[in-house]
Amino acid sequence: MTAQSNQSITATTPDEATRAVLIRSRPAQAGAGTTTWVFCQRALLKLKHGPDQLFDAIGLPIILTLMFTYLLGGALAGSPTAYIQQLTPGILVMTLTFMTVTTGLNLSTDLAKGVSDRFRSMPIWQPGTIIGAMAGDIVRYLVASVVVIGLGLALGFRPAGGVVGVLLSFVVMIVFVYSLTWLWISLGLGLRAPEAMLNISMMILMPLSFLSNIFVNPDTMPGWLEAFVTVNPLTQVVTAVRGLMSDTVTGSQLLWVLVGCVLVTAVFAPLALRKYRTRQ
Amino acid sequence: MTTEPELAIEASGLVKTFGETRAVDGVDLSVRTGSVYGVLGPNGAGKTTTIRLLTTLLQPDSGSARIFGHDLVREAGAIRTKVSLTGQLASVDEDLTARENLYLLSRLQGFSRTAAQERADELLDGFGLADAAARQVKTFSGGMRRRLDIAASIVVSPELLFLDEPTASLDPRSRNQVWEIVRALVEVGTTVLLTTQYLEEADQLADRIAVIEHGKVIAEGTPGELKTSVGSGTLHLRLASADQRADAERVLGRFLEDPAGVRSDPVALSARVPTELSAQAAQERVRQALAELASAGIEVNEFSFGQPSLDEVFLAITGHRPDDGSTNGSDPDKEDVA
Repeated sequence: MTAQSNQSITATTPDEATRAVLIRSRPAQAGAGTTTWVFCQRALLKLKHGPDQLFDAIGLPIILTLMFTYLLGGALAGSPTAYIQQLTPGILVMTLTFMTVTTGLNLSTDLAKGVSDRFRSMPIWQPGTIIGAMAGDIVRYLVASVVVIGLGLALGFRPAGGVVGVLLSFVVMIVFVYSLTWLWISLGLGLRAPEAMLNISMMILMPLSFLSNIFVNPDTMPGWLEAFVTVNPLTQVVTAVRGLMSDTVTGSQLLWVLVGCVLVTAVFAPLALRKYRTRQ
Repeated sequence: MTTEPELAIEASGLVKTFGETRAVDGVDLSVRTGSVYGVLGPNGAGKTTTIRLLTTLLQPDSGSARIFGHDLVREAGAIRTKVSLTGQLASVDEDLTARENLYLLSRLQGFSRTAAQERADELLDGFGLADAAARQVKTFSGGMRRRLDIAASIVVSPELLFLDEPTASLDPRSRNQVWEIVRALVEVGTTVLLTTQYLEEADQLADRIAVIEHGKVIAEGTPGELKTSVGSGTLHLRLASADQRADAERVLGRFLEDPAGVRSDPVALSARVPTELSAQAAQERVRQALAELASAGIEVNEFSFGQPSLDEVFLAITGHRPDDGSTNGSDPDKEDVA
């Protein structure tokens, strides 16, 4: 018995096989494009293995849409069908906004688990780690948009802007969510625990979502609250997206959103990349 | 390869502080190219921080180091093409399969799509993971995960491999496999720096060992030199009654050195065999001590005589046992995570 188990240890000792796979010749270094693409693939593979990431992001908008439309739609807009016209773009912006947290959370988890240590000690184009992961997110945003708009259409949402309006609004939302993602990535790099990052982002997003024009028309609110709701960046984005979908958008509405996005990106993207490089 | 510098690592006075804690407090190391260097120390001694400094993940507050002649701070990029790290934490992606992990890393190392597929399969075969290739890493046992971790570090076999506690919490069989992998790497010319809490592991693998505590190297030498400084071995006893402990210490003191109790156990005692004795003489001395205990009427329930443990190396070098309680809690250099 003992002799046998000893033998099996010898047999599985991987020295011969290990020796055979050791190579010293290094292929040409991967470029920035390849590196970014590899991290995009990694994000997509993680999505493939854990599609529950999507259910989490999609379950909430479905519940909120159904609940608000039928529970409050009549009271807030006269009828559920009238309410769904303004609710669908609002819920879509809110959904994508909450989904941006996942990117920061994933990075934060990589840092906490030590996966990032390997990438950071490799001779690769380091920003590719973050930019690739963000590129992979587009799939999640597309799926969520299709679900929310599909549900809206089924419930009577009829965007006057047509297909073009909806596609343009998607572009605006993508610009917005990517600028916001840099904020969460900076936050994730600054905090030790992924949980802390999640808690802080929820503390920011929850009030911003409800104290906005997503669910309720700000005209009905007391003056001080209306003032807050009007300057809330989510309100600005929702207004622009609603405008594009209903073909009533103004140039200044779009301009404000784009200026905001550029500012947020200009501050947080360099900050995040620098923090990633120098994180201790 | 003939042009490689003689020293793979040349560090002097490395310091890294986190707030109040001086995690690394003036570490000097020189590691010969092609050798295995063991860094031995308890939790929180600064082993992981030292490795993170040497792999460019952290910047030193002061001091300097050269890796194959490249400056740690100014030439971090060049160093990253030569070194590879297997951290203590799982550095592979748990959500992905073993093959996906190795494929992506191969792509990052510059292999083409097809070459990366081949490289991944080659590594899986070589490390006995072919059957588990399509399984998510989170379903792996500790030993399998560790092998995958090391495979991931040698997608391109590095010139210098850092292994942070490579066998922590592994069963003996997996531990032997890891040791074999390390030996195979050394055979092809890879320099290895590994940290460990076990003298036996350092003894098995390392050409030289540095013992570190509180961020400082407190002893350095070959395993033989270190063990000699500790003594030829240690006798451990358990008495039938704690009342006889003082008598037992007195008797042992006539034959052996530093008889000392164990804080947590009132009936446990240990004493070292004098350094100058040969192995045979050491055994004879232990026999004498045991016989004398018996004739003094001191009842011994258990005894063992063995190689010095890390605790004893510490005891011998520092005069005290390694700190275990106080430094762990808030220590940023947390090393007991695996």
